[in-house]
Amino acid sequence: MNHTYTAATLEARDIACIRDDRTLFDKLSFTLEAGQAVLVEGRNGSGKTSLLRILCGIRQPDEGTIHWNGGDIYRLATGYNAATAWVGHKDGIKLELSAEENLVFARSLGTPSGLEISDALEAMELGGFDDVIAINLSAGQKRRLALARLLVTRSPLWILDEPFTSLDTHGISLIENMINIHLADGGMLAVTSHHPVGLDSADITRINLSE
Amino acid sequence: MKPATLPQAFAILLRRDLTLAYRRRSEIINPLLFFVLVTAMFPLGVGADPALLRDIGPGIIWVAALLAALLSLETVFRSDFDDGSLEQLLLSPHPLSVLMIAKVLAHWLVTGLPLLIVAPLLSILLHLSDDAMHTLLITLALGTPVLSLVGAIGVALTVGLRKGGTILSILVMPLYVPVLIFAASAVANSDAGLPVNAHLSLLAALLVLATSLSPAATAASLRISMS
Repeated sequence: MNHTYTAATLEARDIACIRDDRTLFDKLSFTLEAGQAVLVEGRNGSGKTSLLRILCGIRQPDEGTIHWNGGDIYRLATGYNAATAWVGHKDGIKLELSAEENLVFARSLGTPSGLEISDALEAMELGGFDDVIAINLSAGQKRRLALARLLVTRSPLWILDEPFTSLDTHGISLIENMINIHLADGGMLAVTSHHPVGLDSADITRINLSE
Repeated sequence: MKPATLPQAFAILLRRDLTLAYRRRSEIINPLLFFVLVTAMFPLGVGADPALLRDIGPGIIWVAALLAALLSLETVFRSDFDDGSLEQLLLSPHPLSVLMIAKVLAHWLVTGLPLLIVAPLLSILLHLSDDAMHTLLITLALGTPVLSLVGAIGVALTVGLRKGGTILSILVMPLYVPVLIFAASAVANSDAGLPVNAHLSLLAALLVLATSLSPAATAASLRISMS
């Protein structure tokens, strides 16, 4: 992981999210640049996940626009998808496939980082689980397998929804370490978490949706 | 490293879906078993009169094929939706409509193709002539991909709903009717010694239409369902 990313900018301009006639948030603006992180906070149901889904382009904002290097992400479409990696509530791994098969597939859906799959599993402390069918992994191991996707593909912008769910303290520090390397490399991060996220970078924008 | 090219991504997705289908074989066997059982029950129900079976045979086989296709449709996207893989597909840098072709192709290979393989046996059971059996295979080869392609649009629209099954049937069945009409009457005509070229040409036209329009429609429907 010695690569550095080319500088890029993500900019949200006055975005709003309305769900079932309820305004979750509006007039939300922020800018994210290389090496910076945005930490989304708020109570349950305050729209944290909705905001992240809007940022990765699954959902459209009800108002406002999101720009990647100055271009609207809906115009960029697949070009923007190449720059992002998303790990949501659902792990996005197939339980009937082995750990290795899951990552081979994930790699084909992005830009390969050049890191071997066995090395990525090793880094997530899943070494030796290559051929294990994912259904036989524990919840924490599944989560780490889902996060291993971030290592086999090369995406400057990581969008993570509660990445620490079902991880133990050791697993959490593993992921924090991975995130810190990513940010030091000039990567970007948008994250929600109920746990405090231990980030080295001072460049953290906090957005509290409950205020 | 360079990103996977579109043909590579297509091949990997196709292989993944076929591997998954192989590892949950019971899901594939179910529609096929349904197809065989429904058809095999008819001679028991209406009596084993060869003339009667020849008259209703083409209709029975095609209605059973239609229902078998409907039964298997939900498997196209259901598990991908439940485990979050669908979000990953949606956010891939490859055009979603092309990935949809891979998914539908995989679905047809595991649910449509087996119908073609058992159809000759069923046509013997229903006393169809050799000509009719021949036409039946051609109509199944042209028609079942249409069922998968059109069905995929319906599944994509309903996958986000809790109880999408009923709506799916109501949505998709009317679109299946043209296939049923042309395919079943082609087989019946062929049994009676009449020409079937017009029917087969229309089925082929439906296949071309579905192949060209369905992937884009499926991709757009998925984006709506997921947002």
